Amino acid sequence: MTDRAGIYARIIELIEPLNPKKVALAENTSFAGDLEIDSLTVMDLVASMEDEWDIVMPLNMLPDLETIGQVADAVTRLVTK
Amino acid sequence: MSDLFSKFDPLISERAGVLAKGVRDPFAIVMQQVKSPTVAVIDGRDTILLGTYNYMGMTFDADVIAAGETALRDFGAGTTGSRVLNGTYQGHKECEEALKDFYGMEHAIVFSTGYLANLGMVSTLAGKGDYIILDADSHASIYDGCYLGNADIVRFKHNSAEDLEKRLRRLPPEAGKLVILEGVYSMLGDIAPLKELVGIAKAHGAMVLVDEAHGMGFFGEHGRGVYEAAGVADDVDFVVGTFSKSVGTVGGFCVSNHPKFEILRLVCRPYTFTASLPPAVVACAATSIRKLMHAGEKRQRLWEMSRKLHGGLLARGFRLATETCESAIVSVLMPDQETTVRMWQAMLELGVYVNMSRPPATPAGVFLLRCSLCAEHSAAQLEIVLERFGQAAAMVGLFETAVEVAAE
Ligand SMILES: Cc1ncc(COP(=O)(O)O)c(C=O)c1O
Repeated sequence: MTDRAGIYARIIELIEPLNPKKVALAENTSFAGDLEIDSLTVMDLVASMEDEWDIVMPLNMLPDLETIGQVADAVTRLVTK
Repeated sequence: MSDLFSKFDPLISERAGVLAKGVRDPFAIVMQQVKSPTVAVIDGRDTILLGTYNYMGMTFDADVIAAGETALRDFGAGTTGSRVLNGTYQGHKECEEALKDFYGMEHAIVFSTGYLANLGMVSTLAGKGDYIILDADSHASIYDGCYLGNADIVRFKHNSAEDLEKRLRRLPPEAGKLVILEGVYSMLGDIAPLKELVGIAKAHGAMVLVDEAHGMGFFGEHGRGVYEAAGVADDVDFVVGTFSKSVGTVGGFCVSNHPKFEILRLVCRPYTFTASLPPAVVACAATSIRKLMHAGEKRQRLWEMSRKLHGGLLARGFRLATETCESAIVSVLMPDQETTVRMWQAMLELGVYVNMSRPPATPAGVFLLRCSLCAEHSAAQLEIVLERFGQAAAMVGLFETAVEVAAE
């Protein structure tokens, strides 16, 4: 699925295994603050999203992507480009 | 007002927790006296050095020391200047000549450290709109070079030709691309399948930079590195290296055959905006590099010692990061932070210094006791090391812990 809602739902699925503390996942959940995911894990997550949608998400994009919603927006942009 | 140091609180308390258990700080070792490339005095005790990257034992080579002394006397203690102003001396040019001869390349540029060489090359070669494609386990200096520059950064799975291919395929064909690889990866001591990786990079029109920090001196016919041993010298555009390992002093460099290479001296900020190496250091480096061209016997000894340590540790039941001995780094896999620190300390108290490594420096969150060999290690020292490993493991109950972890 390549619409915003579908992408968001799939991102939630990809994050679930990295969320052992079962933090509630929402648009404004932040990776560093709420999920406490370290930068290496974030990079692995990026790799799986790249493979999922056959896109390139350069690492230098990451500082601007703090929340799940922002990541979903970025992926949507890349997929529809 | 918030304290800018608050962000370090988690690390401060993690360290305090480890040290509260009565162990010595693994990151605060002081060498009170250095007796040879393989022995130093730590805590007043003679200690076998098994974690220095002094692969070829050049730090105390008589010719190297003599060259350094002469340069110190004749050219002074420092240059007080950048390479592009008053900081290029005869010695810096001689050092670059030695590198060109060693690598059989047209151009060589000397930086003040290997860290700065990567910082400079990576940030300058790839600019806005270009892509850097780097191995996920790349050294911090490569990552920092990415962050200093303006290129788009794409990471591929460590040593995976398939993943590199997949990521290159997704990039715009017309965009400039730099693929960055290392010959030896220093955490696990594994080597890169350069033949495949470089082949894929070239098939996608990328330029290739290989960091040979841990391969210089003893891989390949001329000791140029893993890329030479892999037979891909013609397809590697840039080789980065350091003087802080096999060469036995300090400094960094890049060599290349690119016809426009020399322009880097004016556009590469980590070259331009820092002081050049002191005359004694470049004199030591040049002498050492020239000697490394004819170090066949040392190379052979280094490999022999490395294989012996690798095999000996396996035979004693240790779990190692590589199945076979791939380089002069032998990494022992440890179960957790506490056992690693205790075992590291036990080794030190038994008179053997190894490196302790922990995440995030290590890949996949592993804890390691890392050993690096020196051509000057004697067979007797190696016997002692193996014995001490066994003793230290018993002292900390390593094999009991390891069994529990495996059973989980
Ligand atoms: C792969 C790699 N590249 C670069 C460096 C940096 O070298 P230097 O110690 O000269 O700054 C190191 C070692 O620290 C390294 O392991």
